[in-house]
Amino acid sequence: MLDTVQIEKLESLAKTIRVDILKMLNNASSGHTGGSLSTVEIILSLYFHKMRHNPKDPKWLDRDRFVLSKGHGAPALYTVLARSGYFDLSELRNLRKLGSILQGHPDMKVTPGIDISTGSLGQGLSMANGMALALKLDKRPSRVYVLMGDGENQEGQIWEAAMAAAHYKLDNVCGIIDHNGLQIDGPVNEIMKIEPIADKWSCFGWEVFRVNGHDFREIIAALDKAETVKNKPSLIVARTIKGKGVSFFEGKVEYHGIPPTDEELAKALVELGIT
Amino acid sequence: MKLTGIREAYGETLAALGELYPEIVVLDADLSGSTKTSLFAKKFPDRFFNMGVAEQNLMGTAAGLAASGKTVFASTFAIFASGRAWEQVRYSIVYNQLNVKIVASHGGVTVGEDGGSHQSSEDIAIMRVLPGMRVIVPMDGKEMQEVIKTVVKIPGPFYIRSSRVKFPLILGDDYKFELGKGKILREGKDLSLIGCGLMVSQCLEAAETLAKEGIAARVVSLSTIKPIDEELLVDCSLNTGGIVTAEEHSVIGGLGSAVAEVLSEKSPTYIVRVGVQDKFGVSGSAPDLLEYLGLTPGNIVKAAQQIMEHRSQKTIPVV
Repeated sequence: MLDTVQIEKLESLAKTIRVDILKMLNNASSGHTGGSLSTVEIILSLYFHKMRHNPKDPKWLDRDRFVLSKGHGAPALYTVLARSGYFDLSELRNLRKLGSILQGHPDMKVTPGIDISTGSLGQGLSMANGMALALKLDKRPSRVYVLMGDGENQEGQIWEAAMAAAHYKLDNVCGIIDHNGLQIDGPVNEIMKIEPIADKWSCFGWEVFRVNGHDFREIIAALDKAETVKNKPSLIVARTIKGKGVSFFEGKVEYHGIPPTDEELAKALVELGIT
Repeated sequence: MKLTGIREAYGETLAALGELYPEIVVLDADLSGSTKTSLFAKKFPDRFFNMGVAEQNLMGTAAGLAASGKTVFASTFAIFASGRAWEQVRYSIVYNQLNVKIVASHGGVTVGEDGGSHQSSEDIAIMRVLPGMRVIVPMDGKEMQEVIKTVVKIPGPFYIRSSRVKFPLILGDDYKFELGKGKILREGKDLSLIGCGLMVSQCLEAAETLAKEGIAARVVSLSTIKPIDEELLVDCSLNTGGIVTAEEHSVIGGLGSAVAEVLSEKSPTYIVRVGVQDKFGVSGSAPDLLEYLGLTPGNIVKAAQQIMEHRSQKTIPVV
């Protein structure tokens, strides 16, 4: 359990991360605003609390792994990696620029701390399963966390992988769905209904938890519980708000794939308490 | 001629290598009996994962295993390994240059009776287009053994084509495979017959027939289609004049295209491509299909004659 001081620290960090994300997206003039902001508390909970990792030794064999299957949320991950110390914060200014270590979607070849490249939706859970199988073969205690989008659950490969993780009893896999309810063309359940999503995963043999994806206490409690589940993988359905933290981005489908303008950035920073 | 099993050579070699390389893991998609990964599975059940009928997940899981230090062999039929899971091969495996060896059985049209759904005349094209992918089509069982022993030591992705049918044994016991190198199997000064896989033995047979007509054909096996042996191709162009390519694959994008790409830039010459002429296969026995699709020694002879007849002119007539 976390005490109030720890929670306050994480909450303050979340605000910093949101500011970083908005600035880097504005600077890059492209990228995914809504789906980056919705993941902040989840990714922070992992890197600043739950996961065993070492920014000084990104390839440490006993580290926990993280797969951002919804690779378009890269700005949130990059910011958290930079704030963890994997690379200098100044790199954030180079997002999506030619020659940058920060590609539009996570790239293990160029970015310290990225365990595997993602961005083509639906592929992350399979790769996470592969890592988990290897860790079990090598008798390593590490866990593999994989963050998926809710729209991403429309990909068939996700369900192939969901079946396989349960079949091979991969209790070192913990999936998390950033369930913000929106995808590029509109509300997820209008484009292609995924509900009842928790029941589906449960039917596939996963232990399912539901949390408020912006509440550190709930996220971390679920991550702790998932760690105690044996012989089956765990899934956390994290209810989130797309664009979370900036009132005029929240719940707005049109901010899926566009960055904030200079004016929007200025207004957003005021909302986040930066003047 | 003695026949050698291609997939059997793969399965047996892999099972033997399992002893030497504890980091090898093997994945299959419900076809382990056909691809012969079952031999490894029997010996090393803990390092074999059947992924069921789910090729996309097969490739993604292979990538994750490789990213965690494993040497992964992933097998299923060629059409599904290359086609069904192409984008997973592209992004999960090859983009990351991960250590996954895709050994795809039932390549080409000699899959036979199962028909067009299961035949694969496009795999070489769609695999070799991937940056950093290496593509090998062994000519006989001996070469398959050597290829597997070689690639296990070379990090990064490979696509290796295996076969349902047995191929005539061509190579001797002392053969050593060298990645990226073609091999001259028979010398000849008039033209070169360049093949891969099953078509290498068809080229050798064609060369015999041509010899009786007074045409001396060089026969080259180009088992590594990528990286391609440019030096040998240029030598064939300069020292033998014309070239016939032969492959159990579409003439679009495969071995013939790869040869033409090199020589049109480096040393233009006549090239006639023997292969599947932009069509799908049908059900039939393997020998009947080779006949039906124009993949026989007779087709190679005809292509060679065409070159010999027209090499003094500027163009081969359009038919």
